[in-house]
Amino acid sequence: MSGAANAPDQITLWIVIVGLAIGSFLLRFVFLGMVGSRPMPPWVLRHLRYTAVAILPALVTPLVIWPAAAGGAADVPRMAAAVATVTAGLLTRNVLAAILAGVVTLYGLLYLLG
Amino acid sequence: MASTTVNSYFWAGLRAGAPFVIVVAPFGMLFGVLATEAGLNVIETMTFAVTVFAGASQFAALQLMQENAPTIVVLASSLAVNLRMAMYSASLTPYMGKAPLWQRALAAFFMVDQSYAVSYARFETDPDMTIPDRMAYYSGTCALIAPVWAIATLVGALMGARIPDSLALDFALPITFLAMIAPMLRTPAHVAAALVAVVASIPASLLPYNLGLLVAGGAGMVVGARTEQLLENRKERT
Repeated sequence: MSGAANAPDQITLWIVIVGLAIGSFLLRFVFLGMVGSRPMPPWVLRHLRYTAVAILPALVTPLVIWPAAAGGAADVPRMAAAVATVTAGLLTRNVLAAILAGVVTLYGLLYLLG
Repeated sequence: MASTTVNSYFWAGLRAGAPFVIVVAPFGMLFGVLATEAGLNVIETMTFAVTVFAGASQFAALQLMQENAPTIVVLASSLAVNLRMAMYSASLTPYMGKAPLWQRALAAFFMVDQSYAVSYARFETDPDMTIPDRMAYYSGTCALIAPVWAIATLVGALMGARIPDSLALDFALPITFLAMIAPMLRTPAHVAAALVAVVASIPASLLPYNLGLLVAGGAGMVVGARTEQLLENRKERT
């Protein structure tokens, strides 16, 4: 027990863990398990083709603009690291190169500006 | 000889998933650290990480519990972060829906952004893959990420507050997702979907319970689908 000010009580914690575990599995299983091999209409498939390319940017944009670690304010090293990651990804089409560009930029600027 | 090709697809998946270890490890450590700081013991932290197995929603739940949000709000809001998994599940169904049920259940349990994105990109560009090939490739993409996530969480939980904030572990998640986006921008429709999602996510982030993600992501998907249709119609006319 680290004595954190707002440590959740045991019952709440386990309700959350079990509920999230079951809920997360069902969300992942719902189509793969229930629809299975039944064909889906073309307009549904057409939208699903853009799932990854829409959801990931939507998830990441607020994290880049208002990073929690910087108290929710815009932060130069994190913003620059994001730009470097995307630029390297576009230039090389290589995930590893993009990650490395982002990590090097982030640590470089945190060191220089810190 | 079928097992040989299935094997090689597993290794191909493993190689495609390998770069993400660099970012999954710090992200897992960060969860271990923050969970410990929130007062969870090692067993609670590890059960959380291994059964839920969805980083972003684990962070959301942890934060809301510390803010003493009602339990139902903690659950609803964290599950909203994971609603994207239902979309991933739907988008993998045309490629993996014919696999045996137990394999689909396992694939669902281990589904994360990275394994989904990498596998989907491969399935889309390689239509000749058989169902066993696809399942092998998908398992390969999970085979490193899942154990690394668990071990990194354990390391974070054991080290706790001894990991300095200056390591900026928080930014591991944005860097992974950004690195995955660029290689997906294969057509004008993909670019349009991504741009709309980025722009829409800024005002949408004001929505409660993390629902902004679905609104902005949904807007991107609709624009992507419409753009694809427009471009197809134009091609047919010329």
